[in-house]
Amino acid sequence: ADADGKFGLGRAALPEEVAAWNVDVSPDGTGLPEGSGDVWTGESVFEENCASCHGSFAEGVGNWPKLAGGDGTLDHDDPLKTVGSYWPYLSTVWDYVHRSMPFGAAQTLTPDEVYAITAYILYSNDLVDDDFELSNENFAEFEMPNADGFIVDDRAETEYTQWRSEPCMENCKESVEITMRATVLDVTPDEGGAEGS
Amino acid sequence: MTTEKKGMSASRRQFLTGAAAVGAGTVAATVARAAEPDPLITEVQEWASSFGDGVDATPYGLPIKYEDDVIRRNVEWLTADTISSINFTPIHALDGTITPTGCAFERHHSGAIELKKEDYRLMINGLVDTPMVFSYEDLERFPRENHVYFCECAANTGMEWAGAQLNGAQFTHGMIHNMEYSGIPVRTLLNEAGWNGEVEGKWLYVEGADASSNGRSIPLEKALDDCLVAIKANGEALRKEHGYPARLVVPGWEGNMWVKWIRRMEITDGPIESREETSKYTDTLADGTSRKWTWVMDAKSVVTSPSPQMPITHGHGPLVITGMAWTGHGRITRVDVSKDGGKTWETARLAADAGNKALVRFYLDTEWNGEEMFLQSRAMDETGYVQPTKAQLREVRGLNSIYHNNCIQTWWVKPNGEAENVEVS
Repeated sequence: ADADGKFGLGRAALPEEVAAWNVDVSPDGTGLPEGSGDVWTGESVFEENCASCHGSFAEGVGNWPKLAGGDGTLDHDDPLKTVGSYWPYLSTVWDYVHRSMPFGAAQTLTPDEVYAITAYILYSNDLVDDDFELSNENFAEFEMPNADGFIVDDRAETEYTQWRSEPCMENCKESVEITMRATVLDVTPDEGGAEGS
Repeated sequence: MTTEKKGMSASRRQFLTGAAAVGAGTVAATVARAAEPDPLITEVQEWASSFGDGVDATPYGLPIKYEDDVIRRNVEWLTADTISSINFTPIHALDGTITPTGCAFERHHSGAIELKKEDYRLMINGLVDTPMVFSYEDLERFPRENHVYFCECAANTGMEWAGAQLNGAQFTHGMIHNMEYSGIPVRTLLNEAGWNGEVEGKWLYVEGADASSNGRSIPLEKALDDCLVAIKANGEALRKEHGYPARLVVPGWEGNMWVKWIRRMEITDGPIESREETSKYTDTLADGTSRKWTWVMDAKSVVTSPSPQMPITHGHGPLVITGMAWTGHGRITRVDVSKDGGKTWETARLAADAGNKALVRFYLDTEWNGEEMFLQSRAMDETGYVQPTKAQLREVRGLNSIYHNNCIQTWWVKPNGEAENVEVS
């Protein structure tokens, strides 16, 4: 290693290489390519590429993820967490769809198609009107409903302070009653079930 | 040699006279006397006479067929398909701390990809002096370190939030493995690209080569502290399903951040807030707000035997209660075991000194005479943190946080030796 601790290994990345792989998009829109797409275009692109799993209205098919709905359910017993009800940033939608969807054929959508799909998902969540067009220009203006719904990990204050004490060793409780049994549910696979079975 | 022979004859005499049970101070330790000579001893067995396999029979071996239940298992109803899914390490059947790589759990978001070393590239870009590309060969030429760490999925035990669901330690606690990694410190690689040295407020965005990419934002401070780009696990190349040929190791932190098939690291001014740190791996509280960036895995333990998949079949008398404990905050200092659902606790024996952010094995050697037990284990770590009950966790978080369930587990051991996953008051 030299004086800076460098070993002289590897090589400089070319601009084309960085551009090919560095496609992440930050909440403020940094990383977005130029482009645009409207709700109606999005509907047809979504129908062709996405609806077989996510439903024509982004409502989800079978066990596949629901992308719309669930507004106001986050404090319910069984919250429905979707793009509209849960996701804090629109950038994540664009970034994830662009890079990792459709499932099984990722990185096949053009930037304009991703703008259009994103606009359609917003429409499916009743967050924009049907004449809405999303572009790199107006992207940063859009605020998601649950943008303020997240707090940074606070376990240090809410949990660690109360659970760092010498624990009870004897006569810790009066009685012990069974309150729940797994065999009542009976959802465990039979023994011998191998991976992929 | 003489001493050994004397010892043997003494114990044989005790066996013949039934004297072993006398004076031992235990009620159950009656040594059985065989009615008939055992033909496995008195008759010459096949394996004691003819040949076994030659050394060329198995260039790379698998476990003997009699251990064919010690395998990963899948729970079909948990996910929509097997590609973005999870399977489970057979922790109930393992001992010690090192997880055999062939049965160490898998979690993929777009399947286990095949990426050969020749095709492998690692890019470093963002706020660096020179964006760089490394080949696998380059990686092998950097100074390496070896460390043993646990990798626990953030969702381990997640199905148990609402109640006792899955009947076996493999299913309730098996999204974990513990391996010895050989790898290059991330700081070494970042230094090669050069940056202005600013750490405060800076982040490292890391992504994989697979279609899901699994991008995660890590504070630069953590990345520089102890994160590794690992190229070996348990002495050999990473298994395909564990990120071959290179993965990120993020000691003590949730498994999702251990990006497999790592292809890019980018120093950024802020977190990317990717899908895997907004939609997923955020923990919803009872009031509907959600915690984000819950990176550390807190102190946790589980009794692996007896457990639902490991019933007591040997009858009354000596019983080994064993399990494992771990903490993302450093080292486990103590594990207590209760046989009565938490009324009373005994401190278990740690098999070896606990490693940093690694599994430790514990044992409680006891006597069992058919009494019903409610087995629990409770880990403590070097920060003084005591593993909480599920009730304590629910008190703070409610029922919907999905991830980070490190509650005390209860196994109900019945008089017939069977065990069941239960919750107790």
